[in-house]
Amino acid sequence: MGKITDGKVETIDYQGFQLTTLDKAIGAARANSMWPLPFATSCCGIEYMATMGSNYDLARFGMERMSFSPRQADLLIVAGTISKKLAPILRQVYEQMAEPKWVLSVGACASSGGIFDTYSVLQGIDRIIPVDVYVPGCPPRPEQIIDGIMNIHALVKQESLRRRYSDKYKSMLNDYNIETDVK
Amino acid sequence: MSNSTITNEFALARLSAKFGDKIISSETPFDLLTIEVPSADAHEIIQWLKEDEVLKVSYLTNLGGVHYPTDKDREFAVVYHIHSLVNNFRIRVKAFIPLGNPAIATITDIFVGANWMERETFDFYGIIFTGHPNLKRILNEEDMDYHPMRKEYQLEDDTRQDKDNRFFGR
Amino acid sequence: MNEWLDDDIKPGNNLSKETIDGDIATLNLGPTHPATHGIFQNILKVDGERILSSEQTVGYIHRAFEKIAEHRPYNQITPLTDRLNYCSSPINNMGWHMTVEKLIQAEIPKKVDYMRVIIMELARIADHLICNSVIGVDTGALTGFTYVFQQREKIYELFEEVCGARLTTNVGRIGGFERDFSPTFHKKLKDFLKEFPKVFNEFDNLLSRNRIFMDRTINAGPISAERALEYSFSGPNLRAAGVDYDVRVMNPYSSYQDFDFIVPVGTQGDTYDRFQVRQEEIRQSLSIIKQALDAMPEGKYFADVPEFYLPPKEDVYNKMEALIYHFKIVMGETPVPVGEVYHSVEGGNGEVGFYLISDGGRAPFRLQFRRPCFIYYQAYPEMITGQSISDAVLTLSSMNVIAGELDA
Repeated sequence: MGKITDGKVETIDYQGFQLTTLDKAIGAARANSMWPLPFATSCCGIEYMATMGSNYDLARFGMERMSFSPRQADLLIVAGTISKKLAPILRQVYEQMAEPKWVLSVGACASSGGIFDTYSVLQGIDRIIPVDVYVPGCPPRPEQIIDGIMNIHALVKQESLRRRYSDKYKSMLNDYNIETDVK
Repeated sequence: MSNSTITNEFALARLSAKFGDKIISSETPFDLLTIEVPSADAHEIIQWLKEDEVLKVSYLTNLGGVHYPTDKDREFAVVYHIHSLVNNFRIRVKAFIPLGNPAIATITDIFVGANWMERETFDFYGIIFTGHPNLKRILNEEDMDYHPMRKEYQLEDDTRQDKDNRFFGR
Repeated sequence: MNEWLDDDIKPGNNLSKETIDGDIATLNLGPTHPATHGIFQNILKVDGERILSSEQTVGYIHRAFEKIAEHRPYNQITPLTDRLNYCSSPINNMGWHMTVEKLIQAEIPKKVDYMRVIIMELARIADHLICNSVIGVDTGALTGFTYVFQQREKIYELFEEVCGARLTTNVGRIGGFERDFSPTFHKKLKDFLKEFPKVFNEFDNLLSRNRIFMDRTINAGPISAERALEYSFSGPNLRAAGVDYDVRVMNPYSSYQDFDFIVPVGTQGDTYDRFQVRQEEIRQSLSIIKQALDAMPEGKYFADVPEFYLPPKEDVYNKMEALIYHFKIVMGETPVPVGEVYHSVEGGNGEVGFYLISDGGRAPFRLQFRRPCFIYYQAYPEMITGQSISDAVLTLSSMNVIAGELDA
């Protein structure tokens, strides 16, 4: 029989089945088959293309299928400058994504406005949508983007299935004034 | 330096012969003929430059505005860079306009490509191009209530909290 | 949430009964659309598949470069130029350096010119590769894209060897380069020059005479030479329409007059011609790089402009003057002559111009970038009217509209 030590479930030595929690099984499935939505606006978008390309090959991580429709995407990858003119569009794209959803902010511009501290640039996308992982760099190297995605995977794997029902999550969305259909 | 087939002197003489004292001043910084013209005549002169059979200055390279906040009644300049691809000859035409009435005739009827350049100049400086088919903001949001490239407006957004103003000269 | 949309294109409205009965539908292409490779919005009026009219919205990545430039010392403007056309940053960097050198009337050693030519032509190859392979993607041929992207990575490695950065290179300085090309760079460049033509020819064979590709691209989004000139087109798009205007030939900078190369021109100005012009330019760039390598002059890799060129680190630590210059350059306190200068280079997309007005202050009084994308993208509605929607997508990618350059 498998033992439960320190809250961890060990696999059973017998053939044929494995014991784990539903959260973890689904977490692992989700993490290894993410459908990213690349919201690539500028320079970081080209580095994201390089990440997708043959040398760095994002498909290794089960992310072969780019989802250009927000409705079927799990991971919003914001790569590049977001201007104030573009901000409502980004927000709308985020709102259109179905739960569960994660956000990866690639590059200095998306994370904080970067070198563009100007009247027209949004100083970080976390002013309008919640962000899970930030990737620094102007632009970040593909290795860095992959590192960010690995961090997203780590989050996804350990995240509870019922996160979206938690008060903490709801109050966070509330802080951003984002309506949720989760009751 | 320049491998143009006509000289600045020749072009200037030809311009002066046609327009006389409408050419307010001229200089050649870095070998580029620069003439200043009254804003009311800029359209006519640019049209003539394009249609003239000798000069053939018919390729609009660039159009933009400049703000000189301290020059009374000459606050804005509209600068046209026009190029003659046949003669490989460039000319810069400047027209100054006052802050009180920042208006100049559009050249979209001469060069179609001037359309967006004029819209951008309007967006940045608030210079009105009379007769422009669609003069509205192009790069900034339409409800923006100022023209950001004017010198009196600041660059920064002012919402950033991670910067200590003492270190940025603000 | 939908205030930014026009009334007639709000979700649900665009397929109302009246519009369908009237046979004219409104289609909102963008701002985020998989086919647009960037943030562009086009509101199309379509009759079935045929486009009747199009209205563009731009400015979604407006970052106020020209305003920032009025607040930064001259050497700090180089990173801004990186982010204009980020597919070929080095050309913009060098263009800016040459503009300042023109203003301060610096004498540039021949060696710097040749080194610049090598870097700029590599950047041109990288730029054209991305454009042409994306045309392939839009016609359904993803293979070419993944294939040539490996070679693009090689170019990135070369840039890394010169300056440490891949994409936004910030390469070189006002006055020259920070260091000479290393032996590793020469080795890698030699390998690249040997390997790339093979891959490139395969890519060319894949598409150039491919019946499907030709049928898709010939007559897609054409423009005549006259209209292209009216719209102030430049670069490969103008040459595809049949006008042989190339800044490198007409107003040679950085010793381009020393090199022997052909300026390819098209005849129809359609997507296929734009593709072919870029393909040929890649070959010419390779030839220019080889010529520059073979004829690389001896000499210094920087000009004698101590007020602008950062001194080597060992001098900064050991010599008083070098330390002072270092401090002044970093703080942006070097005196700059008063003047007005326009300089242009042949960028990946056309004539990249810098109109600089200096009043002697630490930052330019006014710096305007002539951005070829911004100027020729306004012809897009005219080019796609009467075409099908899929051709419109092809036209957009073959014009190589780069959002950073478009919106500045």
